[in-house]
Amino acid sequence: MALLQISEPDEAPAPHQRKRAIGIDLGTTNSLVATVRNGLAVVLPDLDGRPLVPSIVHYGERGIDTGYAAMSQQTRDPQNTIISVKRLMGRGLADLSDARRFPYHFVESPGMVRIATRAGVKSPVEISADLLRALKKRATEALAGAIDGAVVTVPAYFDDAQRQATKDAARLADLPVLRLLNEPTAAAIAYGLDNASEGVYAVYDLGGGTFDISILRLSRGVFEVLATNGDSALGGDDFDHRVFCWVIEVAHLPPLSPSDARLLLVKAREAKENLSEHESAPILATLHGGQVVNVTLTKAIFTEITGNLVAKTLQPVRRALRDAKLQTTDVKGVVMVGGATRMPQVRRAVAEFFGQPPLTNLNPDEVVALGAAMQANKLAGNRESRDDWLLLDVIPLSLGIETMGGLSEKIIPRNATIPVARGQTFTTAKDGQTAMSVHVVQGERERVADCRSLARFELRGIPPMVAGAARILVTFEVDADGLLDVSAREETTGVEATVTVKPSYGLTDGEIATMLSDSFAHAAEDMQARALLEARVDAEQIAAATRTALAADGDLLSADERAAIDAALRALEAMREGSDHVALRGAVESLNRATSDFAARRMNRIVAGALTGRRVDALSS
Amino acid sequence: MINFSGNYFDLFGLPPAFRFDVGALDRAYRQLQSEVHPDRFAGGSDAEKRVALQSSARVNEAYRALKDPVLRAQYLLSLRGVEAVGESDTRLPFEFLERQLERREQASDAQAARDARTLSALRDDARSEAHELEDLLAQLLDGGDGDSTVRTRVSELTFLAKLADDIDAMLAGIED
Repeated sequence: MALLQISEPDEAPAPHQRKRAIGIDLGTTNSLVATVRNGLAVVLPDLDGRPLVPSIVHYGERGIDTGYAAMSQQTRDPQNTIISVKRLMGRGLADLSDARRFPYHFVESPGMVRIATRAGVKSPVEISADLLRALKKRATEALAGAIDGAVVTVPAYFDDAQRQATKDAARLADLPVLRLLNEPTAAAIAYGLDNASEGVYAVYDLGGGTFDISILRLSRGVFEVLATNGDSALGGDDFDHRVFCWVIEVAHLPPLSPSDARLLLVKAREAKENLSEHESAPILATLHGGQVVNVTLTKAIFTEITGNLVAKTLQPVRRALRDAKLQTTDVKGVVMVGGATRMPQVRRAVAEFFGQPPLTNLNPDEVVALGAAMQANKLAGNRESRDDWLLLDVIPLSLGIETMGGLSEKIIPRNATIPVARGQTFTTAKDGQTAMSVHVVQGERERVADCRSLARFELRGIPPMVAGAARILVTFEVDADGLLDVSAREETTGVEATVTVKPSYGLTDGEIATMLSDSFAHAAEDMQARALLEARVDAEQIAAATRTALAADGDLLSADERAAIDAALRALEAMREGSDHVALRGAVESLNRATSDFAARRMNRIVAGALTGRRVDALSS
Repeated sequence: MINFSGNYFDLFGLPPAFRFDVGALDRAYRQLQSEVHPDRFAGGSDAEKRVALQSSARVNEAYRALKDPVLRAQYLLSLRGVEAVGESDTRLPFEFLERQLERREQASDAQAARDARTLSALRDDARSEAHELEDLLAQLLDGGDGDSTVRTRVSELTFLAKLADDIDAMLAGIED
């Protein structure tokens, strides 16, 4: 018989202690941070009441500015004022067909592109981390305390490198990430929960620099993504640029200085925004040399010069519907997300395609952050059971490996529901071969050269055998963030092969460590203090989770097993107040090891319970 | 207690049959995911997160294997200890292979001529033949027929489904 568990009064977790949970929409043009207050998701504004943070970072003589403060520097100091950094995440210089559009000093480097600024050479990850720090600061002040957990949104069509870069940026900004969430899915949560929607919905999300289309089925608290597609380099920025080019052409302008170019780009954006409300928009600017630009952009011209951009969004829409095996008539509503969906020609095209007016009754700038806040609130454990929901998202692009002849063998197809794990068995080509190299790619094309290179893996430690005898099972696992992990083992001997990752466009752990220490201005004690703080948070979390688990399912353990876990827990408790973060980290690991089998047994019990519950439901209905 | 490494039908509390209540599968899938999904364990220990990730991935895999008729037929075969084979099975009846090769040839010609109408007719044709096979398989698999016949029919179904998908992809290429 199971003994009742009685915890010490001071050990009992406070039942109504709310976690400070936030949702962050890290956008190309604007970013936002939101939270759930009194059951309602709200955007956290700045002191002047402005909800948006322009996604701009200025590296100035006197330090780093972000948001509106950085925005005011952009025409004066364009080379050190970084805009639209999201377009550079997880991208190499060669990927940027539009590199000339950016006035920055790009630095040639293997993998992800870098920018030389006044504050040194910066990776897009570091620049994004500066934005995230500003958002975190706003939230910390508004919620009067340290953030317990954040959901950070990414475009659904972001590949693994772009997602990993976003997660790395959060890590640099010391932001505890609960989950990366796809932007259209976040919007669907906000929209669906507000309207108690049921049925198939399309989310058309045209942001500043990215386009996503997601097809979801909403039913009784389940948000199931059926298919997603998009273009991670298409957004409102491109409409601005079309206007910019048009102005240069009609005003017969010579090649512009970076300052003048940025000025005109700003004017082009203003004109675009004006046209959502008016029939024509004046573009008036005085260039550096005194030359005055004075032209008028009409709705008709704007629609004409951006027509193929709008058309370009409809191809992914068709593909997503096809992958979902649905027709436009199956779609009950089309939710419009992203500031760029304010453009009338975009709304018209979407209405025509789906044969129904799109849903524009929500703020297209805020809905993603609001949905992210709701999800963060739920993941942090603040939710009430009555408003629980389940989110089933997908991987946007197929994952494969390079095989003979430079072809991609798909291991996980696009639109597979995550988390997902699939294995593929390889063998050796030579007698005694102990290592092999695996090239992982993402994309739909057959040739590896046409796909996105994610990483190269070296498998070492394969036991020597004759050629073709080894059975190396390489397992690809995509977690709920949409991030890939690879492991390998030789099946006949059970030997685990070591996987060394060389990300093609990402940062290595070493680079991140360097950036972390740089961000603390080489203050070693800061690093130590931070490491200790992180270890303490982890220790607290695992200790609380273990106590809860023991109280609920302690009967699954034998007396010896229970004693081992209790001992590991006591060892951890004893070290929690100490200042040795390495030892504390070790104690956390020990407790993790001691409880891993217990966790698996608990999951079996949960599964069994779920089915029993379902059968009872089925009988009673 | 249900062993999480047991068979997929047990996992969803369904009888191991080719024809079953798809609605019941959907409901059981959602019920299970709402219990094991990593979102339930975002504040848990690393060990719990790890188990949640593996369990949720397994439930997704099981759902996929049962939801799709081709995979379901293959899975039922594998439960009988018969290795399911892919579309590369060379032991398919000659007439069957001949018919499919002819279809594929017609599809290639239609693709070259950008003839969407012929392509969609060929695809629908292949799909309806696949549906007929599914009806037959329901009788064979659920009626406990001999393994060798079933195996051939499953291979044919796999082949047809792949062909229909390939033609569909050709059609998509034309429409894009």
